[in-house]
Amino acid sequence: MFDPTAEQLELAQAVRDFCHAEIGPTVKEDDEHERFRKELIGAMGAMGFCGVPTEESWGGLGLGYLDYVVVLEEIARVSASYAVSVAVTGLPQIILRMFGDDAQRAQWLPALAQGQALGAFALSEASSGSDAASLTTTATRHGDDYVLRGTKLWCTHGGVADLYVVMARTGGPGPKGVSAFLVPGDAPGLRGGKKEEKMGLRASPTTEVVFEDVVVPASSRLGPEGTGFRVAMAALDSGRITSGAVATGVGQAALEFSARYATEREQFGQPIIDFQGVGFMLADMAARVDGGRLMVRRAAWLRDQGLDYGQAAALAKLVATDAAMAVTTDAVQVLGGNGYTREYPVERYMRDAKVMQIVEGTNQIQRLVISRQIKARYRA
Amino acid sequence: MKIGVCVKSTPDTAITRFKYTSGNDGIDAAQVKFTVNPYDEFAVEEAARMKEAHGGEVVAVTVGDAGAGKVLRETLAVGVDRGVHVDAVNTDSLATARLLAAVARSEGFGVLFCGKVAVDDQASAVPAMVAELLGWPHVSVVTAFSTDGATFTASRAVGGGVEEVVTGALPVVITAERGLNEPRYQKLKDIMAAKKKVVGVVTPESLGVSAADLAPVVTFSAYADPPERPKGRVIPGDAAEAARELVRLLRDEAKVL
Ligand SMILES: Cc1cc2nc3c(=O)[nH]c(=O)nc-3n(C[C@H](O)[C@H](O)[C@H](O)COP(=O)(O)OP(=O)(O)OC[C@H]3O[C@@H](n4cnc5c(N)ncnc54)[C@H](O)[C@@H]3O)c2cc1C
Repeated sequence: MFDPTAEQLELAQAVRDFCHAEIGPTVKEDDEHERFRKELIGAMGAMGFCGVPTEESWGGLGLGYLDYVVVLEEIARVSASYAVSVAVTGLPQIILRMFGDDAQRAQWLPALAQGQALGAFALSEASSGSDAASLTTTATRHGDDYVLRGTKLWCTHGGVADLYVVMARTGGPGPKGVSAFLVPGDAPGLRGGKKEEKMGLRASPTTEVVFEDVVVPASSRLGPEGTGFRVAMAALDSGRITSGAVATGVGQAALEFSARYATEREQFGQPIIDFQGVGFMLADMAARVDGGRLMVRRAAWLRDQGLDYGQAAALAKLVATDAAMAVTTDAVQVLGGNGYTREYPVERYMRDAKVMQIVEGTNQIQRLVISRQIKARYRA
Repeated sequence: MKIGVCVKSTPDTAITRFKYTSGNDGIDAAQVKFTVNPYDEFAVEEAARMKEAHGGEVVAVTVGDAGAGKVLRETLAVGVDRGVHVDAVNTDSLATARLLAAVARSEGFGVLFCGKVAVDDQASAVPAMVAELLGWPHVSVVTAFSTDGATFTASRAVGGGVEEVVTGALPVVITAERGLNEPRYQKLKDIMAAKKKVVGVVTPESLGVSAADLAPVVTFSAYADPPERPKGRVIPGDAAEAARELVRLLRDEAKVL
């Protein structure tokens, strides 16, 4: 469990080969122009990247989270944006597998798992981010249908997704009043709104999503009314593992690039890695990346074993994404002036790493979750 | 039809730094990461495409030690159905060719694809020898191949922009040039499926090839580095002055002008 198996190494190599050839060459341009290439999702889907933990009978690979995090880390070493795309299109799959009925699964799972459909997760709103349970988008029952009205914000794949899992209010205030719905991207009244101009993760589209009286049949509700918040939180528990994996990939890329650079760049007549100030910085970077990776693998392992993984996932997300931020910042420092220029990839790693501390629950929210558990456990 | 493809385990040239064995009579394999010879990847892809078009079975064959057998497994995720690992030392091209020809005969291949060259010894000798031993035609450095199951058409770039088109009857030995096709990526599902595929290990004896048949006709006496390249020189000064100095050096020192 500590180290990837021989089979995971093979999967990683295959992912690396694909990403270097198909994503790598345009990663800089895509970042510069905030360009998302949806066709790459189809290609990654055909390769098997999009449905790693989804059962084979539903079109996935039927592998575990330990395999999934290896795949995500490898994609993220080349592009955090596309790794996030794979993780986000994985969220509706997790939700369908946990809470969907067979008709819903049959309609969506194979397409999502094979990258023929792109998934999105619409929870956050302008006034409800960390406080997600205060969301105001409504779903009003009309006979056999629901009518959705409201605006979601910061939705990854907004405007380009084929399926949105939408959390909307069907009852009173608070988490118990929320239900989850499957809404097709082409539903009349649904449109992608303003596209955010972002600091990092720029190849991943993040937009407002507007629901203007979008009618969906009651059969597209996931589980009973009032369980939507539970659906969202369960998805986020798994999402925290994948966020940690993506962050680890970004940190690994930054570590590798700056380590190579430090062995080649000479100042004062010697490679800069031989200055203890730089060498120790790289040692700390290696320790941080490895620590994050191990915690991510532990959370993935617990999940694969069917054990309680919520706390481990929160810890892993916190440590791995904070590690990525620290490591990418240091990577810029190791490269000096070059690190600060767009000529070199480390400034992008740094911009990409930042978002990982914000999504899937900010790292303050992770600390909140963790500290609540600590309190429950150690209360006198 | 059974479609054969020859695969050699060669050093991954992108990452390998070579060291010689202590006697300078070989490469120290312990220091090397091995992978499928790049030109063999085109051969594997062509075999896989032929099977997809006409049906049949793709069998990859390698001669070498256990490590070579492991490399053979890599092809099982990109269209090869089964592997045959001839557990023997590659003493020289002719010995290897005898073993491969014996496999081709016992398997009853209808066509045998190879890479045009192995990137380690660069000999380009084995495929032609295999064809000769089998009494099959041999078309080398092929950039396009098609077959109807009985006859084939192969194109080869013969230089000067001229393309030569060869037709004939199967069976045939084809060697693949870059551009013959675009090898596929290993899909994750195919990597998983490859686990269930079989690589059979056979010995020279079981193929009816005797030790005498394998006695090398070529021996390798020594390996040596090419002479070290002299360090480059940077000519300082403004462009016009530097260009004048460059011309002078090329004429008077390098004597190439
Ligand atoms: C690139 C990107 C992609 C995204 N993709 C999606 C998506 O696909 N789907 C989706 O639903 N959302 C998505 N989001 C939204 C994201 O989940 C939210 O931005 C995040 O949950 C934080 O909410 P907020 O931005 O409203 O910040 P706020 O909740 O306003 O937080 C602001 C600050 O206050 C802190 N804070 C808030 N509450 C507490 C507390 N109780 N204790 C301590 N500190 C606190 C936060 O940690 C943060 O530092 C995305 C965001 C980005 C940037």
